[in-house]
Amino acid sequence: MEIRSMHFVSRVRQRLDDTELQRNLQRTRGRNAAARLASLSSLDDFDAVRERATEIRASVLRDLDVWLERFEAQATRRGATVLWARDGDEACRLVIDIARRHDVKTVVKAKSMVSEEAGLNAALEAAGIRPVETDLGEYILQINDNEPPSHIIMPVIHKSKEQVSELFARVHGTAAKTDIVELTREAREKLRPEFLGAEMGISGGNFLIAETGSVAIVTNEGNGRMCTTMPRVHVALTGIEKVIPTLDDLATLLRILPRSATGQAISNYVSLLTGPKHEGDADGPAHMYFVLVDGGRADLIGGDFEPMLRCIRCGACMNHCPVYQTIGGHSYGWVYPGPMGSVLTPLYQGLEKAKDLPQAATLCNQCGVVCPVSIPLPDLMRKLREKQVDAGLRPWSERLSMRLWAWVAQRPKLYARGVRLAVRYLRWLADGRDRIQAMGVAPGWTAERDFPAPAAQSFRDQYAARRRAGR
Amino acid sequence: MSSARDDILGRLRQRIGREPAGAPAAHARVEQVIAASQAGPRPSYDGDLAARFIERAKALISTVDECAAPADVPARCAHWLTGQGLGRQVVVSPALAGLDWAASGLDARIGAAGGDDPVGVTGCFRAIAETGTLMLCSGAQSPAVNSLLPETHIAVVQREHIVADMEAAFAVARDAFERWPRAVNFVSGPSRTADIEQTIVLGAHGPYRVHLLIVG
Repeated sequence: MEIRSMHFVSRVRQRLDDTELQRNLQRTRGRNAAARLASLSSLDDFDAVRERATEIRASVLRDLDVWLERFEAQATRRGATVLWARDGDEACRLVIDIARRHDVKTVVKAKSMVSEEAGLNAALEAAGIRPVETDLGEYILQINDNEPPSHIIMPVIHKSKEQVSELFARVHGTAAKTDIVELTREAREKLRPEFLGAEMGISGGNFLIAETGSVAIVTNEGNGRMCTTMPRVHVALTGIEKVIPTLDDLATLLRILPRSATGQAISNYVSLLTGPKHEGDADGPAHMYFVLVDGGRADLIGGDFEPMLRCIRCGACMNHCPVYQTIGGHSYGWVYPGPMGSVLTPLYQGLEKAKDLPQAATLCNQCGVVCPVSIPLPDLMRKLREKQVDAGLRPWSERLSMRLWAWVAQRPKLYARGVRLAVRYLRWLADGRDRIQAMGVAPGWTAERDFPAPAAQSFRDQYAARRRAGR
Repeated sequence: MSSARDDILGRLRQRIGREPAGAPAAHARVEQVIAASQAGPRPSYDGDLAARFIERAKALISTVDECAAPADVPARCAHWLTGQGLGRQVVVSPALAGLDWAASGLDARIGAAGGDDPVGVTGCFRAIAETGTLMLCSGAQSPAVNSLLPETHIAVVQREHIVADMEAAFAVARDAFERWPRAVNFVSGPSRTADIEQTIVLGAHGPYRVHLLIVG
């Protein structure tokens, strides 16, 4: 997917002014966060599960080369073909090659964020192969002129049912419906023939299990099962970081993935797929492929950002992020929004293309607290800010003012005098009130909020006065 | 030009600091982790696993019926389908071919479901009390499509096959299958979606209803 994160500020402005979007975001705001919290009580000890999940993911990353080889050997033994892609373009070429080899005209797709990274749909279309998204949300986006998703598990959270209704009526040529049950039925009836007719299914992979050489796919709709059961070719397209050691580890991770995502104790369907249809099997695809994509992941191993590779794509960080909840997912300008996107986008797409993302956070650490695999997201955003400074990517005005501030801060007398001056100025602006409504020298600061008026004396002056008075 | 595989694994080894001499030890360590695999922290349940399973399954909007013996299964299925107005036509997984379906008055076909079959009847490898989940293993006798394509799925669950959690079910499966099944599907109630305005709708792509018949 083409990156647009460099236009972050203007995109945010548009979205804050979009009253329809704001109404849609408001409608579901906080709902998943509440559901998550309610679901944790059904685990005797959530912290213990979280700790274990974190250790599972961290331990794989420490030996990722060997775990991948173990997975590959096991999957191959079961008759699957394991292919590797350095980046998204190579992944697209591999998938197109597979499609051509098996004479594929139509591909049904279950959700795969890696395919969004790679821009797979556009590549398939350019190769004359028709991709059909089958997750309801992804389908809505595809028929809306390939709109990008705004959330990793609820891709159309930014849309109202009226917008979906209008879209269906226009694209399907049917009478407009406003009932969500009927809209869902309409999509089901459109997609059922696609499942039965497509020659190839593409899925993502929530986990790759080294013990059995399987891919685990978690869905609620059942489209993941359809895409991996009905067509004669199944391609699982996923990142190299998704390996976990054993089935027991899968059980642990499944206790926190759906809870963190939607507050479900378990998703409706968890499919564990191992190799193609075997002799005697009643059903299943005749061919199974894995395409394991690097796309910037290997470079994170052994560095400051390795913890980011633990991510299991639950979306809890964005569900709890005050910034995401206000600006929506599209503002972020690439595949992944919210806090995890603010870390991944600069790492995978380049620091200079996503300068604003690590800044678009209050560092309140809600995301760090809820992350089921304990990724210290605010720390990582802070580290990205440091890297921006080191790379000279911050604007000259910011660099100059920081240098100036550092110079003053190293001279206590000058600093104290400066503070006294600033206090007098701010209190003059406050004009006896406890809030400043218009900041003379920095009007942008008070455009959407007040600035608190300072106390009459700085802490240092008060402290010195008390010392003198012998208190 | 080196292959993508060599490039990616080479870069990983370099970042990890793996010397070629250290690889055998790392592989041995990995094998040992797999061999010594243990369950993680999990909730524990006092009391009747079947009661817990039924309670959780109902919470997932599955319906539940019980009968005493396998021979009762076709008649109980027919009774429930009639009560729901869902007709008589069923496709039955070969694993359940030994039951007398004709006597129940159902129009039963043994085999794999197609797109037009209204009702699929399947067995169940194990059932999981923790979440009210079915564990269905595909194979010659148990097509995966029977729990997927029809609008109604009836699963026959042996009471003694209800286990506490996924780890327990995996432990049984590791012993039971010489060759791990192609598809292990964990099914927790009817297919659903909440993609539009986070409103839950049943029957997204899979069954609208899941009915559990507990035997024994």
